Amino acid sequence: MVKDEKVTIAHGAGGREMWEVISKLIVAKVPEGLRRTKGGIGIDELDDGAVIRIGDKYIVVTVDSYTVKPLKFPGGDLGVLAASGTINDLLMMGAKPVAIEDAVLVEEGTGMDLVREIMNSFIRVVTEEGLALIGGDFKVMPKGSLDTMVITSVGIGITDRPIADSELGTGDDIIVTGPIAEHGATIIAAQLGMLDNIKGLRSDVKPLTNVMLPLIEKFGDYIHAARDPTRGGVASILNEWASAIGKTIIIRREDIPIEESTRNFLDMLGIDSLQVASEGLAVLGVDHEVADDVVKYLRSIGQVQANIIGRVVEPPSDVVKGRVLAETEVGGLVFVDTVSVLVPRIC
Amino acid sequence: MNRSTDTYRGLIDKITKEYSKSLVAKIRKLAEQLKNVVKIMDFCGTHEWTITHYGIRTLIPDEVELIAGPGCPVCVTPAYYVDQLISLSLEGIEVLTYGDAVRLPASAGHTPRSLLEAKAGGGRVHIVYSFMDAVKYAKTRSNEMVFFAIGFETTMPSVASVIMKGKVPKNLSVLTAYRYTPPIVKHLLTEVGAVQLDGIIAPGHVSAVIGASSWEFIPKEYGVPTVVAGFEAIDVLAAIEKILEMKVRGKAGLINEYSRVVQWDGNKLAKQAIFEVFEVRDAYWRGIGFVRESGGFFKDKFKEHDAIREYGLKDPPADLSKEVVPGCKCHEVVLGLSKPTHCPLFMKVCRPDSPYGPCMVSVEGTCRIWAEHPEFLRLEEIKSVGAALKDLE
Repeated sequence: MVKDEKVTIAHGAGGREMWEVISKLIVAKVPEGLRRTKGGIGIDELDDGAVIRIGDKYIVVTVDSYTVKPLKFPGGDLGVLAASGTINDLLMMGAKPVAIEDAVLVEEGTGMDLVREIMNSFIRVVTEEGLALIGGDFKVMPKGSLDTMVITSVGIGITDRPIADSELGTGDDIIVTGPIAEHGATIIAAQLGMLDNIKGLRSDVKPLTNVMLPLIEKFGDYIHAARDPTRGGVASILNEWASAIGKTIIIRREDIPIEESTRNFLDMLGIDSLQVASEGLAVLGVDHEVADDVVKYLRSIGQVQANIIGRVVEPPSDVVKGRVLAETEVGGLVFVDTVSVLVPRIC
Repeated sequence: MNRSTDTYRGLIDKITKEYSKSLVAKIRKLAEQLKNVVKIMDFCGTHEWTITHYGIRTLIPDEVELIAGPGCPVCVTPAYYVDQLISLSLEGIEVLTYGDAVRLPASAGHTPRSLLEAKAGGGRVHIVYSFMDAVKYAKTRSNEMVFFAIGFETTMPSVASVIMKGKVPKNLSVLTAYRYTPPIVKHLLTEVGAVQLDGIIAPGHVSAVIGASSWEFIPKEYGVPTVVAGFEAIDVLAAIEKILEMKVRGKAGLINEYSRVVQWDGNKLAKQAIFEVFEVRDAYWRGIGFVRESGGFFKDKFKEHDAIREYGLKDPPADLSKEVVPGCKCHEVVLGLSKPTHCPLFMKVCRPDSPYGPCMVSVEGTCRIWAEHPEFLRLEEIKSVGAALKDLE
């Protein structure tokens, strides 16, 4: 039964398999001293971006490849997704986005109108945010060697104080800035050909600049961790945090904001909404002292469903050290785990 | 800062929580009066999903054990159907079936290993969402097709009613792998000695068709308390409470907890359609064996729709020794004799994205459910820390 191991979809899905493959194939091969620049944050932190220290300022750099099927979906398209994702990764590091570069791969035979539409979306988001698009690349791959289109995007930002998620600690509250799982649910519905039958699903894809910059301005040092829950959803981020700091995170499922349409759709497929991606949402680890104020502030600037969903606690036993637990709607307890492949009933 | 309860959902959540708290309190109180561990079988895959998703095993006392039952049609469908359909698909006869059925493993050693693999190797296989979908698809084409009809009494009426109306195109026949649920429960209580059940949570959707009365034989003939239940967490908790109550009183009965959907006599039209089109015969359940009067097959009157007759398929074939893929314990899991975690293949060779045994294929399969709710593997641990965490709050 021993076979030559093959790369599977799970290896790129944001769950355990992906972190294993990144650690083994990449991080472990880089000498310890070369995993970051001096005084910065580097590849072994598995954070949203890297940080380079220059004097008393920090440059934040992030890179991501974006692929989505279908390329256009309710609420956005690949272009909006790539631009927003890159901007959000910078914001989650506490940085003000400054500039962007893009590398576009297109399959031979793809309609020029489609490529134009997607690039228009990308450029619209970048320019609306006042960011400079300072470079890029455009390549075409022979038909069949790529699925239509992939955008890789590099973001550059600047900050006085990067948010290194390692500052998260016991007593901190976990906050989400809005309803979860909207992007992922929309994409799953589209892939299953069910969008026409399911009302109200819409991707939340958008840059979070107007949420994060004022929040950082106002609460600065009290924000100990911030991530946008894309692949792997909220579950993946909380698990990475808990495991990195060796604490337990406990959340209360009924406190997690989710739109009725999203919840009904995912329940029908038996998919856990905590494992489903968002593209316009932040998960924050915030000092308990200011947590209520943070939520009030978020609600006052339009994030009306922002809520405290849980807390970091000292592990009461070794078994739950580095783990995430949820109290269910009826008071039961379950582990919140990362499952890398969502497998609905209909393939 | 808590979420407001002025939204509809907030209100429902609040009521659910309050009600479930009172149910759990009642369950704990009843459990104190029990002398031995009480084993309750939750028949349906969907019940098992509810139990794991809401952490119900962490809420109830150790004296109450919940055992997942056979309520997963894909898990019990014989491999020999898959083998024969694979051959047909490679001969150019198009096989239409559900998304999970295409991944169902064929018999041991058979290649291709599933209809999905057959498709990759040039076999004609097409995924449909329902029988109506299959009929629509067949009407727009002229090639020969077979619909692989898997299911319990819940899905039988959808085929029967269309057949009765004569709306099935000539190029589409049906392979019926239909199985009835009461016979497998009877089989479990009589033939499978190892399982001593103290209560049964009977299926909800199936009972909506066949009626709650179909389960009357369980308390009457076997003295086992039975509750027909819905699929919300409070439905399952209420069912457990009612079973314990009957157990404590020493009086086995049948209670319909799901009366908002299930009637005593079921859905008469649906039952009539099943009766009109199908006849009941002894039938093979994968890895389990023959179960008396448990299979639904076309009556002679409708033989022109029957793929088994049309293609001379063997049902059953002479050799049933390869139904269980080596090492797989699915057939034991289905009967509550093994837990997925007892299987050496579980989450190693056999995973949701690459199922090896049939219980890992469908979302109703116990192995699949346990795989996606890994908290379950550590139930004892989670129970032990539950109290400590509550103190910290």
